[in-house]
Amino acid sequence: MYPFTYVRATALADVAQRLKADPDAKLLAGGMTLLPTMKMRLAAPSALIDIGRLTELSGVSAEGDGLTIGAATRHAEVAADATVRSAIPALAELAQGIGDPQVRARGTLGGSVANSDPAADYPAAVLGLDATIITDRRSIPAGEFFKGLFTTALASDEIIRSIRFTRPVRAAYAKFAQPASGYAMAGVMVAQFPSGIRVAVTGAGPCVFRWTDAEAALNRQFSVESIQALSLDASGLNADLHADAAYRAQLVKVMAAQAVARLTGTAR
Amino acid sequence: MNIELNINGSTHSIECEDRTLLVEAIRDQLGLTGTHVGCDTSQCGCCTVHLDGQAVKSCSMLAVQAQGASITTIEGMASGDTLHPVQMAFSACHGLQCGFCTPGMIMASADLLRRHPDPTDDQIREGLAGNICRCTGYVNIVAAVKTAAKMIQQAPANRA
Repeated sequence: MYPFTYVRATALADVAQRLKADPDAKLLAGGMTLLPTMKMRLAAPSALIDIGRLTELSGVSAEGDGLTIGAATRHAEVAADATVRSAIPALAELAQGIGDPQVRARGTLGGSVANSDPAADYPAAVLGLDATIITDRRSIPAGEFFKGLFTTALASDEIIRSIRFTRPVRAAYAKFAQPASGYAMAGVMVAQFPSGIRVAVTGAGPCVFRWTDAEAALNRQFSVESIQALSLDASGLNADLHADAAYRAQLVKVMAAQAVARLTGTAR
Repeated sequence: MNIELNINGSTHSIECEDRTLLVEAIRDQLGLTGTHVGCDTSQCGCCTVHLDGQAVKSCSMLAVQAQGASITTIEGMASGDTLHPVQMAFSACHGLQCGFCTPGMIMASADLLRRHPDPTDDQIREGLAGNICRCTGYVNIVAAVKTAAKMIQQAPANRA
């Protein structure tokens, strides 16, 4: 890594001030994306402000049909949390499938989402469950949050405080993981709300996206066959050493069908 | 910068940079070379240590992040001359060949058993998903973890 200055934050107000003062500083929560990126010299912040121990940024609370999770809550905590498991089991299952146990011990919800990593799992949950990202200055709906490859609507000094999810009628997440890293080569969240079905896809494109054709088909008939009748345009999907775009398009279909199968009870 | 790290029960004051990785501090400053650097890209798990009892990848943490926490490395698993049950089981079940992944496997296994004292084979494989072995094909590693689980259950005093 290139050299930088490490600062451990003791209060959130302190953090905002420091970010404003140094536009090249970055927040460090779990570091599971940022530190590997810095080790490859793909990022070189001037300073890292460690917010990983700020208690006001972590925790789970449920009110009505909403579930709010602090941005610095670790994946392992979300996966094991009784409130998450009863309110939105698909979210706990998604968290349980991120990376591996060591990564889950450190990685955080906010960090995963703030980076808009094309292979991260949480963006599929945030977009698929129509969540709201609550920052230190505003609330951003999921549909307006993810802008592109590693790009979100966040200002450079903006801090995610928590993410508020709405309980779906039911939801399932299926992913095809790259065997060594555990990253999603295609991860699909299928969620049913009173207003209709949402299908969010991560791992396949430069950024998480909604597969609107699948949503329309599932709204007409919620079945595996509805997915199998579709084809996803591979142009614009990622191609790398793990999979080309055409294979990713196929993986998206298969994972969407698996998620639907789990919800219709026809999963093998 | 100067930081204090609590490793295997004792506190050490070391001089390092802000960018020094925890694995570098453990190996280079403290001479505890049982923790290995395998892939350096957070995948292989050879660098696994315990941070406040939880298995983490020390190649993906800064040494300074570990200040104030309690770190256990492979060197801290035995009690004097008595190996930890997981170590005994890996030896008895031939759960290693070249041994490079083994410290990380043992650290990850110990944390797994803390969370799942009587794990199924699937739970073991999932619990070791962050550790890659090129030699064994994992069969004897899974057997070692199952054996260690029994040993720990039968003699709780062994749980180091």
